[in-house]
Amino acid sequence: MAEKEFEQMRKLLPEATLLEAPPGLSPERQFEMYRTMLLIREFEVSIPDLWKRNLVYGLAHSYEGAEAVAVGACSALEPGDYITSTHRGHGHCIAKGADVNLMMAELMGKYEGYCHGKGGSMHIAFVEGGMLGACGIVGANVGMAAGCAWRAKLRGDKDVTVCFHGDGGTNQGIWHETLNMASIWKLPLVYMVENNQWSISLSYDRAFNVPHIADRAAAYGIPGVTVDGFNVLAVYGAVKEAVARARAGEGPSIVEAKFFRYVGHFVADDQRYRSIEEANRWRIMDPVKRMREYLVGSGVATEEACREAEAEAHAKIGAAIEFGMKGTEPAAATLFEGLYAD
Amino acid sequence: MARRITVKQAINEALSEELERDDRVILLGCDVGRRGNPFGVTSGLWQKYGDSRVIDTPLSEEGFTGMALGAAATGMRPVVEILYSDWITLAMDQIVNEIAKSRYMFGGKMNVPLVIRAPVGVGGGVAAQHSQSFESWFCHIPGLKVVMPSTASDVKGLLKTSIRGNNPVIFFEHKRSYAIEGEVPDGDYTIPFGQADVKRQGKDLTIVAVSLMVHHALAAAERLSAEEGIECEVIDPRTLVPMDWDTMLASLKKTSRLVVVHESSRTCGIGGEILAELVERGFDYLEGRPIRVAGLDVPIPYNRGLEHLVIPDPQHIVDAVHRALD
Repeated sequence: MAEKEFEQMRKLLPEATLLEAPPGLSPERQFEMYRTMLLIREFEVSIPDLWKRNLVYGLAHSYEGAEAVAVGACSALEPGDYITSTHRGHGHCIAKGADVNLMMAELMGKYEGYCHGKGGSMHIAFVEGGMLGACGIVGANVGMAAGCAWRAKLRGDKDVTVCFHGDGGTNQGIWHETLNMASIWKLPLVYMVENNQWSISLSYDRAFNVPHIADRAAAYGIPGVTVDGFNVLAVYGAVKEAVARARAGEGPSIVEAKFFRYVGHFVADDQRYRSIEEANRWRIMDPVKRMREYLVGSGVATEEACREAEAEAHAKIGAAIEFGMKGTEPAAATLFEGLYAD
Repeated sequence: MARRITVKQAINEALSEELERDDRVILLGCDVGRRGNPFGVTSGLWQKYGDSRVIDTPLSEEGFTGMALGAAATGMRPVVEILYSDWITLAMDQIVNEIAKSRYMFGGKMNVPLVIRAPVGVGGGVAAQHSQSFESWFCHIPGLKVVMPSTASDVKGLLKTSIRGNNPVIFFEHKRSYAIEGEVPDGDYTIPFGQADVKRQGKDLTIVAVSLMVHHALAAAERLSAEEGIECEVIDPRTLVPMDWDTMLASLKKTSRLVVVHESSRTCGIGGEILAELVERGFDYLEGRPIRVAGLDVPIPYNRGLEHLVIPDPQHIVDAVHRALD
């Protein structure tokens, strides 16, 4: 990468770092991370059109520009580990290995979807794969995450839970309550803060009086680190360390991935609360583009392999849209399905 | 062989036996462990089952209730205690938006076997923030089961059913019922949800009473029988979600007269729902005005005399029966 371009990035995000693979991360796995990022990107860029065509209903919050966080964090996990999600959950699902066909069917409200059309974008879940559901109440998912980690601790299970949440969520009371309990009980939990610097229309500087959310870790006697949230390898490295600590029984950590939501809050957000031009300046940090440049520049992958992967992701999402459109509308008889067990 | 134990002992036995029976059961809450809860309800359980099963939490109701959800969703059977039910408000988002919804909105894939025990009720001068009964709120939230028994036997059997089930249950115990003795069967037993219990047979009038008011209704019924020869049937729904309408309608068909009694505030109380449903479904059975007896719409005051004015007592029920028979 040109030094000048990186300097520009550092002006926007002082925490920006150059992509560099941590020891032990094979070229194959690095390329796999790129493919997952592409799949998220292709999924997300397809949504606005589907929404405008009334194929996707309700709210849809885009993970575009955040791909490095979900992919970096989930790549540091073992198959039996758990994650919890936010209202912006598509990326978390895909990074945890969900089937994009079933995801697209869910966004289209079809019975074939992961939640049989009951959840949609905002409550998408891949429970069978350890993704414990997207949550429409900002910050509320930390209870689910901390409880999942508590179960592991109490039962002597070896899994770790990664709790994805935004900067906005860290200003909810439950975030602080669970951090305290996770800390005193040394729960195997990683607080994965997606600091995209915006809580809908509230910018970071109007919502926080500390430079980094990770600074709050000191209040709970746990480690906290801030990394370049556009850098998938940096996120991976930090989460890997936090996961190792958690699995070793040493307790929770905060990993703050600092980036910037350069897309709207949701699919139809007109962003009247900020300058779209200024937000678009952050697109030079595009995490997918940066990963590609790193892969090609460092010889991990060829241009051709990247192009193939891009075409493959595009085709997969095209097929997912087809799958969703062919899905069945839930019958009225399914209305009460799933309300109670037994 | 039946034994006589108090409601408090019944809860303690149910918890202890379920902790013994299933190692996925945990108790958690403020003062639930070493102190054995302020009323002594969980007394001895921490000593018996230890720190990993009976867990003293920090004062973080929203946090630990939410954590109970995560534990339940991944295989545990947590029993949360909210020390006074008034403070369940602190955990409302987790209960209403997460616990009640997780199964449905995730397509029926997530079981939430979780019980929240919360002592309710007026008495003892604990005033406005330690005396309330919020059962009607939770009946309004699909996805929850709401259990509110009144006797030792019902409390024990229904608490066991709650813990063994796979749905979230809000379990309301009346603090003033803790010392009330009753017979319980020996050995292990459970009581199914959705089965009201006829606590007293009668032909002249049906009283549907909830929680502690069952005992007041029985006292009123005995007085009416002894002094006036009026025979009231007293029905305890025991579970409010699901509600056993059939038992109540069968009784109404027999008696044609109805009084509904609960302690919580009258407006939007559970009595309004019970009365509305029974009138809608049993209108043709009715031969007189159905009456509600409920708490007054006022915060619970501290003063003993004022406190007493707020909640129904047996005399209020006797008066209501007279009006309903008018």
